[in-house]
Amino acid sequence: MNIIVIMKQTFGTEEKIVLKDGQVSDDNVEFVINPYDEFAVEEAIRQKETHGGEVTVVTVGLPRAEQALRTALAMGADKAVLIDGTDVPADEFVVSNILHAYLSKRPFDLILGGNLSVDNGAGQVAVRLAELLDIPQLTTITKLDISGGIAHAERNVEGDVESVECPLPLLATAQQGLNEPRYPSLPGIMKAKKKPLERVTVQELGLDQEALAPKTNITERQLPPKKQAGKVLMGEIADQAKELARLLSEEAKVI
Amino acid sequence: MKRIVVIAEIRHGHLRNVSLEALTAARKMAAGQTDCEIVACVFGEHPEMADVLAEYGADRVIFIRNGQLASYTTAAYRQALLQVLDVLDPDAVVAGHTAMGKDLMPRVAATYRAGLVSDCTQIENGNGELTFVRPIYAGKAFEKRTITGDKLFVTVRPNNIPAEPARGRGAVETMDVEVKDLRAVVKEVVRKTAEGVDLSEAKIIVSGGRGVKSAEGFAPLRELASVLGAAVGASRGACDAGYCDYSMQIGQTGKVVTPDLYIACGISGAIQHLAGMSNSKVIVAINTDPEANIFSVADYGIVGDLFEVVPLLTEEFRKIVGKL
Repeated sequence: MNIIVIMKQTFGTEEKIVLKDGQVSDDNVEFVINPYDEFAVEEAIRQKETHGGEVTVVTVGLPRAEQALRTALAMGADKAVLIDGTDVPADEFVVSNILHAYLSKRPFDLILGGNLSVDNGAGQVAVRLAELLDIPQLTTITKLDISGGIAHAERNVEGDVESVECPLPLLATAQQGLNEPRYPSLPGIMKAKKKPLERVTVQELGLDQEALAPKTNITERQLPPKKQAGKVLMGEIADQAKELARLLSEEAKVI
Repeated sequence: MKRIVVIAEIRHGHLRNVSLEALTAARKMAAGQTDCEIVACVFGEHPEMADVLAEYGADRVIFIRNGQLASYTTAAYRQALLQVLDVLDPDAVVAGHTAMGKDLMPRVAATYRAGLVSDCTQIENGNGELTFVRPIYAGKAFEKRTITGDKLFVTVRPNNIPAEPARGRGAVETMDVEVKDLRAVVKEVVRKTAEGVDLSEAKIIVSGGRGVKSAEGFAPLRELASVLGAAVGASRGACDAGYCDYSMQIGQTGKVVTPDLYIACGISGAIQHLAGMSNSKVIVAINTDPEANIFSVADYGIVGDLFEVVPLLTEEFRKIVGKL
């Protein structure tokens, strides 16, 4: 089975956000594979272990994203593709066009990705890509079994569990609970250094101007207003509970 | 702008509140323009919902009719919506940023090669120049976006743009659509949220962390939630420890929520958790550790054991709620 994982390098989730000249600063930031994409990488490797085949991880990003691709290779992916998006102004429309341009010429049975990235958080790119490739999608999956060319999946739909069947090829996005991603082993890390990593520039994909012109523009970034220090209550616990109930009802007026 | 389509979503037989918020969002987008028609589209026939949609600003209510639309599937709803949009040719389409909105809107936007602003929390309209505010890094920061192109797609985050009544004409129509070649088939849906309130739309959330100590430890939180009509959430710590299902997780991985009241019980306040809840309107923290980070975002804090505090609070709220 030919499995593609679309992934993204993001800030670690414990990072604070600092704005510098209106941009999100990446000084001294720890980068990771987007946690939802990490579930997708793990799932791809597990499917390969069951069915055989090959796992290719693909990202559109800056050259530093190579680190995330190497981590995926160390986990057990076979090949990596870094589509260098340096100096390409890109929104979800543009990124999905870039991925489509690359993937439409390649064979695949299954595309996996995270259901959203923890930085931008829009969750658009994978779904747009499915539309551009004209394949079905199963989003926010928490279980995936494939047999006889048919995927049997469970989707987490706002807490409800939906069981769904769909023939391959398809695109699926990972929700938390799908699996427990492995840590790269030391031999895995050594092997990853020798695995093929293809570098492509966006310009080489031959996209036209329309496909590379973002449909949305970011005009400003800001931090949320700072919270004032709150009120820590004092006294007997029973009195505190009474006081808190009163404050929520009379002062904050939320009850 | 001449016409805006709002997707009115039905879940478990009820019109979602976020759909009324989406109607208000559409009205904000149309503000200052004469003759902009707001069309609410409902999948399936639900004539009883026409009135409330009109009350919140729908000039037209279109019931999209086909036997395959009783519950949501990507392919059927996509085909149906495309047929409706081809007829209506709107300038903008607005939906809730719900499981359905997230699954459907990027796909339909891609078909039209159009821009989509996802998870919008605020809309600014300066003489027809629209700016959309949305959280990034799960609410650790916000960005403003503008959209170019002939068609704009927007999903709005529940609980952020308050639904405001404003009577629309409310003309009711039905539109028949064709649905074919469905590849994905839904076999079964197991409702796990039957007794609970959905986290993303909840006005009050009671949330537990490692401090709940076990799956049974959520019992007092559930009781408090039932008195308040609240949803129950959890931190990653509680989910990783196996005390509860991942669908309850709030944080940068997990759900991002903005209720009116968030009660954090036994949650230390890791940055990734704070990202998912710190934009809640009022935050209460209950924790044994006075140094816990959760107190830095809390409006009200009680230093104490949740197993002692929560039942006492439940009793106090029972008195207040009983009085209403």
